Amino acid sequence: MSNAPVNTGRRRFLTAATAVVGGAGAVAVAVPFIKSWNPSAKAKAAGAPVQVNISKVEPGQLIRVEWRGKPVWVVRRTEAVLTELPTHNDQLRDPDSLEPQQPIYAQNVGRSINPEYFIAVGLCTHLGCSPTYQPDSFGEQVKGVTSGFFCPCHGSKFDMSGRVFQGVPAPLNLVIPPHQYLDDGTVIIGEDEGATS
Amino acid sequence: MIKNLVDWIDERIPMTATYNRHVGQYATPTNFNFWYFFGSLALLVLVNQLITGIWLTMNYVPTSEGAFASIEYIMRDVEYGWLLRYMHSTGASAFFLVVYLHMFRGLLYGSYQKPRELLWLFGMLIFLVLMAEAFMGYLLPWGQMSYWGAQVIISLFGAIPVIGDDLTLWIRGDFVVSGATLNRFFALHVIALPLVLVVLVFLHLIALHEVGSNNPDGIEIKKNKDENGWPKDGIPFHPYYTVKDIMGTAVFLIGFCYILFFMPEGGGYFLEGPNFEAANPMKTPEHIAPVWYFTPFYAILRAIPDKLIGVICMGLAIVVLFILPWLDRCKVKSIRYRSMTHKINISQFAISFIILGYLGAVPATPELTIAARIFTVTYFGFFLWLWIYSKNEKTKPVPERVTH
Repeated sequence: MSNAPVNTGRRRFLTAATAVVGGAGAVAVAVPFIKSWNPSAKAKAAGAPVQVNISKVEPGQLIRVEWRGKPVWVVRRTEAVLTELPTHNDQLRDPDSLEPQQPIYAQNVGRSINPEYFIAVGLCTHLGCSPTYQPDSFGEQVKGVTSGFFCPCHGSKFDMSGRVFQGVPAPLNLVIPPHQYLDDGTVIIGEDEGATS
Repeated sequence: MIKNLVDWIDERIPMTATYNRHVGQYATPTNFNFWYFFGSLALLVLVNQLITGIWLTMNYVPTSEGAFASIEYIMRDVEYGWLLRYMHSTGASAFFLVVYLHMFRGLLYGSYQKPRELLWLFGMLIFLVLMAEAFMGYLLPWGQMSYWGAQVIISLFGAIPVIGDDLTLWIRGDFVVSGATLNRFFALHVIALPLVLVVLVFLHLIALHEVGSNNPDGIEIKKNKDENGWPKDGIPFHPYYTVKDIMGTAVFLIGFCYILFFMPEGGGYFLEGPNFEAANPMKTPEHIAPVWYFTPFYAILRAIPDKLIGVICMGLAIVVLFILPWLDRCKVKSIRYRSMTHKINISQFAISFIILGYLGAVPATPELTIAARIFTVTYFGFFLWLWIYSKNEKTKPVPERVTH
């Protein structure tokens, strides 16, 4: 051991410098570990639009289509359902669809391009369960409304335009995916270029 | 011969000294009762989970295409595969049962109070990791309930403002729960979290043996030592409490084996019906509920008609337990010597917890939602009320020595 006097200032500087460099290294090493959890290129690529033939959907019927791994509903709404839509605005959180949960062309009372067909992502905006379609028995959930969607997980309620009722956990209306009609019987979901009426 | 070997080892690592410190000469209060079985039982169940878990990985296929079928393969084709799987699934429920009882013991006898705050915190961390472990393990069979349960729980993080959506995307590794999610949950479930769990259990035990065990009278046996420095109310852990714990283990195993062999699905509460159907991202089961051990917290989430506040309250229901040592300002530990107010408060807390557990397991109706709101208030009320009255609580005199 040498008897040289201890330079505490230099010692502290060297300790701090080592700690800073080491810390920066640790942060840099953490990046690949964290980033590897992001969706892979393969997962990102699997988002192509889907084409659906809706000409065979019966009035009142709901069909499910898979788009980006999510269920998309196509419901053919009856005349009675459409007349019922504007009658319960005072019970809804966002009756005029002001929140950006739909493309601009679906910002209307039916939240649709063609009022007869309701097209929405069938996942509750609360925690992502898929609500149950209740074409006749929805009156048990909301008095005076015949049909709607009821989420079995946490009891959220939506009307036949996917608009959320007040007093339930879901904060927002159901999401309307971008879509466009190729002709009267064919709709393409996930794409709306050059759209629409 | 044996003695020479022991000496040889002791000169190289402190084997005998460690054994004496933690088992052979660990001074344990003489007045332990029934409530003190659950710590050692939790350890037993942990070992069961580790061993059966390792064996299950030998035949399980962690991909979204193969997972569901590989579980059926384990159940039908692998020799004794059904037993290993049921030991693991029943073990998960048993783990929570003994841990909840273990925690309630801590509540009854003030085992979280000074100087055992850190012991309690390690215990709470174990509880937290255990919940993560159970949640991720439940995704692995890739049944309907696995899928939609994971969908709901991961979506909870989406309630966080600003970063929520990106965070859920990052956790899932896809736009929906998918094979990518399954693979990472498998890695966390079988490697990362068990390692953390074992380290935390080690720390929990080291912390316990440093401060010494509490007891039903809530007095410190270390304050009253004989001329050799041995606590007058203490006995060595071995053989006295090893024998007692063997008896507890025997009783526990009778119940455990009954469930294992006669009702491994636990009436739909341990393994839920919809989980015998493969995951279908297009359709949510009619009624989804978590496994029974999560239902009290789930009921709180469901009771609150606001996404963010609901998630916050559910988180708080667990976080508030962490700060229990600082909420209780009373100097007397055991419920035996505390006020009637405290006894009523602990009772109402236990009742609230059980009723919330029931409410979280059944479908929501407007009446039950109101009930869930009431019991959410009483759940949190326990902690608030405790903080208020414990400052100047009218307690009974505490004895010098333990009572039997």
